[in-house]
Parts: sequence; structure tokens; C-alpha cells
Amino acid sequence: MLRIEGLRVNYGRVPALHGISLHVEAGEAVALIGPNGAGKTTTLSAIFGLAVPAGGSIVFEGESLVGTSPERILRKGLALVPEGRHILGTLTVAENLLLGTTARRDRAAAAADLQQVLARFPVLEAYYRTSAGNLSGGEQQQLAIARALLSRPRLLLLDEPSLGLAPVVLDIVFDTLEELRKEGVTILLVEQAVARAVEFADRAYILRSGRVAGSGTRDEIQRMEDFETSYLGV
Amino acid sequence: MALLLQHVIDAITYGSQYALYALGIALIFGIMGLINFAHGELIMVGAFTIVLIGHPGWPLVILATVGISVVFALAMQRVAFRPLRGAQPPTLLIASFAVSYLLQNLAILIEGSAPRGTNVSTWLAASFEVGSVSIPRLDVVTVAVTAVLLVALGLFLQRTRMGVQMRAAAEDFRIVRILGVRANTVIATAFAISGLLAGIGAYLLVAQTGEVSYDMGSNPVLYAFVATVLGGMGSLRGAVLGGYVFGAIFETLQAELPSSLAGYRDAFAFGAVIVMLLARPQGLIVARSVVTRV
Repeated sequence: MLRIEGLRVNYGRVPALHGISLHVEAGEAVALIGPNGAGKTTTLSAIFGLAVPAGGSIVFEGESLVGTSPERILRKGLALVPEGRHILGTLTVAENLLLGTTARRDRAAAAADLQQVLARFPVLEAYYRTSAGNLSGGEQQQLAIARALLSRPRLLLLDEPSLGLAPVVLDIVFDTLEELRKEGVTILLVEQAVARAVEFADRAYILRSGRVAGSGTRDEIQRMEDFETSYLGV
Repeated sequence: MALLLQHVIDAITYGSQYALYALGIALIFGIMGLINFAHGELIMVGAFTIVLIGHPGWPLVILATVGISVVFALAMQRVAFRPLRGAQPPTLLIASFAVSYLLQNLAILIEGSAPRGTNVSTWLAASFEVGSVSIPRLDVVTVAVTAVLLVALGLFLQRTRMGVQMRAAAEDFRIVRILGVRANTVIATAFAISGLLAGIGAYLLVAQTGEVSYDMGSNPVLYAFVATVLGGMGSLRGAVLGGYVFGAIFETLQAELPSSLAGYRDAFAFGAVIVMLLARPQGLIVARSVVTRV
């Protein structure tokens, strides 16, 4: 579904990705793990057209995404839940969710999806008309995921959805991801909560210093002797 | 008492004009960080339309004025500002000066540098007499039109899908793009609205001064910029409030300054603005999006 080959991204003169390759097949949940600064967020940014690749290819369902604007990438069936949530705090919860349906042409189905999303995240219904900036961190994360789901993505990219969340909220997030996976949504997950992410994913890639340092199925990764050390980068 | 009332009416009229100009500037700044000094030339091209079109009746004149201002707004966006999207604010600012000078010089080339007189409307030039107070019809129209536009723009931003997208874009453009909001459409819409505001502003301004010249947009846009800063850069409410506060300062100085100092009205007005900004550097209303951005 998604195939990345030799992807290089520089920030100014500083290389952030030294040619990484990875692939995600339809229906899979893939985790991208690694220490801070490994290039995980940069990878997601490049996929979504927010960082310009210096080389390599990003192909989604046979079409190259390089040079495509974020708004067109969304219309191809991808959605991104960015790091730090980035809900729009000056807008209401309802308006944030409305923005999630921007690319939808089937308004009736989008309205039905909205009801479904509100049923899945009851807290959003409770605060529907209030300013999204007043939500707690966990509530904002639920809003960010709900908003991304309203575009009905076939490939959902999530960047650190667990960051700063209480364990209870974390359970809600991963339960939601589990349900989405069952519904056939393909997931590429960047996560700091490594054990949890690997447990959830079918496969994982370990990134370190802008390179793929290892990869494998859930079992293979969990069996890796140096898993902890490769994650910590010591 | 009657005199005071007259001053209040004048202040609100001035304020309405500045609010109209300031809103056009604040709208663009909020969305793309561009302080568009060429906004004045949108007023200028609108004003020249009034002179050139003749007298086909006021609805057509207004339609043509607004239409031309909108077309120029969209064109300057497409030609000058779109290629610079994402550039640093100083770059955008300089580009807007370039567009401003280009359009002014084009106007000189085509129409010459001498101001042209025109009579927009004899009806507008007359006054309503209320007791001992004489209220120019133009003042009433200016205040009413501005009020209608403010309410309409408010409804547009609050109630429509595009309005929500524009507010969201003003807060965080990157994020709205990953939600599928088309950057080009949002920015073009913002420019179209600023062109509309400039066109209506042009009509009201020419009705007031009876004069059209290549640099007629410079002062309004400077005052509007000051009003925007005064109100709080990035806040639309602030721009409107700043416009009215600036209008009140202007009118008070106009009324109270002894005739020997009247020529220095602008100096006093800007002095008052400096004092206000010293007391409240962030402006009267702080836009949340600006706070989070810094």
C-alpha cells in the first residue's frame, strides 16, 4: 500500500533521514520506533508532504506522493494525527470535527460518520459546543484522532498518540486503534511507548539516527536481545 | 450638546472608515502573515473605476468598483504573493511595497499624477437635519454600511464552512492543510474579501473627498495599519476596535486642537498611538493564534 525507498530528508544542511526504506501493506498495523531524533516524525512529515525529500521515493497505491501538497495527499486516502495533537484551540470541538470532513463529498455519509465518532468518543459530544482549547490533553488527543477519522482514511498515520496521556486515556486510544484495524484501516504508528506499540503492531521498524536499524514482526522484535539497547541507542 | 453629538457622529464615521480598511489588512495578516501595504492600491483602482465608468447609476458603479478591486486583489495574490507563500514576513512586506509602487506608477502612466475630481452622488452629499444637528447622509451611510459588512463578515466566519476554514487557517495553516483544506482556495477567498472591503471603502472615500489620485490609498492604508497594530495584530475584532479608537482620537484632535496646531493633527494622533502601545504593546485585543505561534 505504502512503499518508501531510500528516502532522504535534510533540514537545512543537516540530514535527518539517510535513505530509509519501509513498506506498509493494506490492513497492517506497523510501528515506527526509535529514540528521539531518529527521524520518526520526519518520516511521517515527508509522507504527508510537510517535509520535502532530498531523494528517494514515496509511493502510495502505485502513485508517487513526492511533491504533492498535504491537502491532495489527504484526498488520496491518508490522514495524519500530528505530534502534539494540534487541535485548533480557538475553534469549538464541533468546528474541529467539521474541518475533518473538509474533503468529503458525501455529506450524508459524513454526517453519519460524525455521529459514529461522537459515540466512540463521548467526551467530544459532551464538550461539542465548547472551545477545543479548553479540553484536557487526553481529550484533545481523542479529538485529533476523531478529526482524522472523519476523512475516512485508508492509511492512518499517528505521531506519538500516547504522549502525555494518562494510562486510562492511553487505553482508550489503543482500543480505538484496535477497532480501526479490525475495520480494515491500515495504520502506521510512531510511538514512544515502545512496548505498547510493538504489542499492538503486526510489524515494527526501529529507526536510529535517520536509518532503519532493524525491523521485523512483533515476535521477532520482542525476541530481539538488543531490543532495549537498540531502542535506547546505547 | 449638539456640537458634542456632531463630534461623536464624526468620530464614529471616521472609525467606520478605518475599521473597514483595517479589516482588509487584518484578514490577510491573520491568514498568511502578510501586512499588505498594497491594500491601499486596491482602494485606488476601485476609485479610478468610479471616474472611468461615468454615471450609469449607483448600483452599477458600486458593482464595478467592488468588482475591479476584487479582481486586482485576486491578481496580486496570484502573481506576487502566491509564489512567496511560506516566506518570512519581512519578505512578504517588501513584496507588498513593490506591488503598491508598481500599481501607483501604472496609475500615473495611464491617468497622470494630477488628482481628478468627481461627483459620486448628489444625494450622498446632502445632510439629514435632526433638530439643530446636521448629519451628512454620507456619514449615516458609511456607518450603516460598515455595520452591515461587519455583521456579514462575522456571520460568514462563524457560520459557513469556508469561514471556519479561514479561522482555522489563521490559527495554524499547516494543520488545516493536513485536514484537506485547500490553501489556495482559502487565501484567494481572503483576498477576494479584502478586495470587496477595499472596493466599498473606495466608494465611500471618493464620495467623501470627491477626488481620485494615484496615491489616494497610501494614507488610508497607513492609518488602517496603525489601527490594526493598536487593536492587536492578528485579531479581527482588534482591527475593528482599533479603527474606531483611532477614529475617536482623530476626531477629538480635529475638534480640540487650536488652529495653529491643526496642521499637526497626524503627529498628535500617532503620538497618542505610541503612548497607548507603550502602555499595552500587545494591542487592545490579543489574538490567541498569535500567542501560541510565538
